[in-house]
Amino acid sequence: MIAYILRRVAYAVPILIGVNLLTFWLFFFVNSPDDMARMQLGTKHVTQAAVEQWKRERGYDRPLLWNGGETGWRRFTDTIFYEKSLRLFVFDFGISDSDNRDIGYDIRQRMGPSLAIQIPGLLAGLAVDLSLALLVVFFRGTYLDVWAVVLCVVLISISGLFYIIAGQFLAGKLLRWVPISGFGAGWVSIKFIILPVAIGVIAGIGSGVRINRTFFLEELGRDFVRTARAKGLDERRVMIRHVLRNALIPILTGVVVVLPSLFLGCLVTESFFGIPGLGSYTINAIAAQDFAIVRAMVFLGSVLYILGLLLTDISYTLADPRIRLG
Amino acid sequence: MTLWPAQPGRPVALRDRGLLFLLLLAAVCLAAYALWRPVVLWTDGLLFLLLGVVACFVVYARRQEHLREPWRQVARSRVAMAAAVVLAAYAIIAILDSLHFHPSIKTAGGNVVSPAVVSVLDKLLRPLREHTETTYSAPFATHAYAKEMMERPDGTRVRDYPRLRYGGAHLADPDRDEAADVLQTAAVAVIEGGAACALVIGGALMFIALLRRQPAGALLRRVLAGRTDVPWNVVLGTASLIVVLVFVAAHLGGRYHLFGTDKVGQDVFYQALKSIRTGLLIGTLTTLVMLPFAILLGVMAGYFRGWVDDVIQYLYTTLNSVPGVLLIAAAVLMLQVYMANHADSFTSIEQRSDLRLLFLCIILGITSWTGLCRLLRGEALKLRESDFVQAARALGVGHFVLLGRHIVPNVMHIVMITVVLDFSGLVLAEAVLSYINIGVDPAMNSWGNMINGARLEMARDPVVWWSLAAAFSFMFVLVLAANLFADVVRDAFDPRLRRGGRGT
Repeated sequence: MIAYILRRVAYAVPILIGVNLLTFWLFFFVNSPDDMARMQLGTKHVTQAAVEQWKRERGYDRPLLWNGGETGWRRFTDTIFYEKSLRLFVFDFGISDSDNRDIGYDIRQRMGPSLAIQIPGLLAGLAVDLSLALLVVFFRGTYLDVWAVVLCVVLISISGLFYIIAGQFLAGKLLRWVPISGFGAGWVSIKFIILPVAIGVIAGIGSGVRINRTFFLEELGRDFVRTARAKGLDERRVMIRHVLRNALIPILTGVVVVLPSLFLGCLVTESFFGIPGLGSYTINAIAAQDFAIVRAMVFLGSVLYILGLLLTDISYTLADPRIRLG
Repeated sequence: MTLWPAQPGRPVALRDRGLLFLLLLAAVCLAAYALWRPVVLWTDGLLFLLLGVVACFVVYARRQEHLREPWRQVARSRVAMAAAVVLAAYAIIAILDSLHFHPSIKTAGGNVVSPAVVSVLDKLLRPLREHTETTYSAPFATHAYAKEMMERPDGTRVRDYPRLRYGGAHLADPDRDEAADVLQTAAVAVIEGGAACALVIGGALMFIALLRRQPAGALLRRVLAGRTDVPWNVVLGTASLIVVLVFVAAHLGGRYHLFGTDKVGQDVFYQALKSIRTGLLIGTLTTLVMLPFAILLGVMAGYFRGWVDDVIQYLYTTLNSVPGVLLIAAAVLMLQVYMANHADSFTSIEQRSDLRLLFLCIILGITSWTGLCRLLRGEALKLRESDFVQAARALGVGHFVLLGRHIVPNVMHIVMITVVLDFSGLVLAEAVLSYINIGVDPAMNSWGNMINGARLEMARDPVVWWSLAAAFSFMFVLVLAANLFADVVRDAFDPRLRRGGRGT
């Protein structure tokens, strides 16, 4: 098992190198640091001296890949590629372009609020989706089932932005249940969390119920379900003990893959509700055209996604012993 | 004269007719160029290319039994056909909005070609485009949203809601006459639209009845009762409904602002209609851009295996591991920098926003081709071991001929399912991306930009809800139709479902 995990980790290394090269190419070859400086300083009426100073302050005045002016190792290490790209591998994200803040510190500060929304959202969504899907499958073949599927398609067709705007308007402005946006420390934050979590759950019902329904139906067609019925088990027990438990394997492995990415938060939700998490951090960076932060988030996002894939593979082998460690 | 050698069993005339058609098309294009000075933006050109590809594909699919039969199944579904009619209506608007040209303006010295670029849709919707108020006004409003200082005829000054410049301007006393006027105009429009539909449908039925030498009454009864292979009653019913709605909108749109006006007084209904093109282009061009790569790489990886497979798998795993939104954000940021530093290479706003739309499609394509590529690789892996591929290889068929003739046609159903399923997601994605400012150009009409511009207006009192309502409802109808259609297409093409894998 350990050898298997080590091998999977080794597979991840070239992919991370690929991501690193891709972001380096995107951020430094498509546009030169000079272009970025001009964008930040305002394209018109900017002197070359101001551009040079902007680059020097942020360390973009080095050569891209090879520094011929230095000697020894410094020829390789005193470059943008080493300083700005390779350092991402040790999670040294450097300083932000627009306001000179330590990106690593900001990211650590903002993980908490993101998780505070994402984890309750994931758990509540899973509970609601699974119970509704189980209910629909219980009435399979009836008009209730048909109309539930139609309703799911209708819910999927509604833009996610609509759920947020309508939910904010209804719960925050008309009914005045909770504040529209904001965030607090400790238990105070609950009143800020409830609305985004509830809206996230409602927005996800359509796709969640539909996909879980197909998982359940797939298990219902299996031989062991027929055997269970033949033994004389009642429908409730068949559903809970045989169908639900077996369908949980694909459902939970689908959850495992997104677990690490929960740190990143949701860009749209966080900006709508003013939650100081990583999602709104990214949005602010995009608005301020802060390339260093976006670069850091792209890399961090890939690392977390690859970690999710790794955990999925491992949980598969744990959940289903038939899968060989090939 | 034939340019191609005639194939056995196929009439030569068909080829000649195709050639004739192409010549005719070229002549029409030339005439159009001489008369209207058309402008073909990049996305316009690609949209027409897409239409050409679809046309070729239809011709191809008609000859392939394994593709024809599932499509017949789709055509028999009432839901799918109703959705298809709605999609077609959207597509017609988008195509009308893609025929761009330089209008001529009348001046003292005769007609002059304007440097502006407008589309045929703009010309059709001229009243909507030109009826701009000063600021917000509610749907069907006759008075402005905010009070203003006004001077009465007797010289006294009073603070009141002024009349709108265009909305209900023909009414003497709006409070008394408006409801009656709206109802009367709508009723006239419904009658006109209904009559137009009845005329066209009746004429077509008569024509078909004459051709088939059947009594027209019997044909009509069969269509109405739904005893036809394709559910024509649903198709014609949906189409008639849309035509009637178009008539109502045309009659009322010139006199009122159906969906109100926005902050700068532009008609929201006009914006929503213009946004259709953006939404449809994002949904379709993205697919067109990514399809060649996905098919080629996916099939090659599965067929050749070995190092080709390794390289291609590495490529798509790497691209796939960057979260989509972040990759799009990074790419669009870089695009913004590029455009800001090369501002002089874009001559007009239309050109700039058009190129940005195209790049957005390409970037979305890059982030979305990996799923299809993986599916195709798996299918090609299976197919390469099948008997007919083995037999072809034993007969000495070359690799690329084998790929083109035996593998690609047999993965087409997967391609089709993916294309149709992706469409609605892309339309929804446009709104989200525009909201976080990494979508289409802010100067472009799109549902995302409408939502982005209007979301803060919910805090006003009275609430300005109409921009959001228009954008969300236009988007909802399109996405719902696409989803319903996609579900039927998937059920028809997915062999796993056809075997009864849906459980009990």
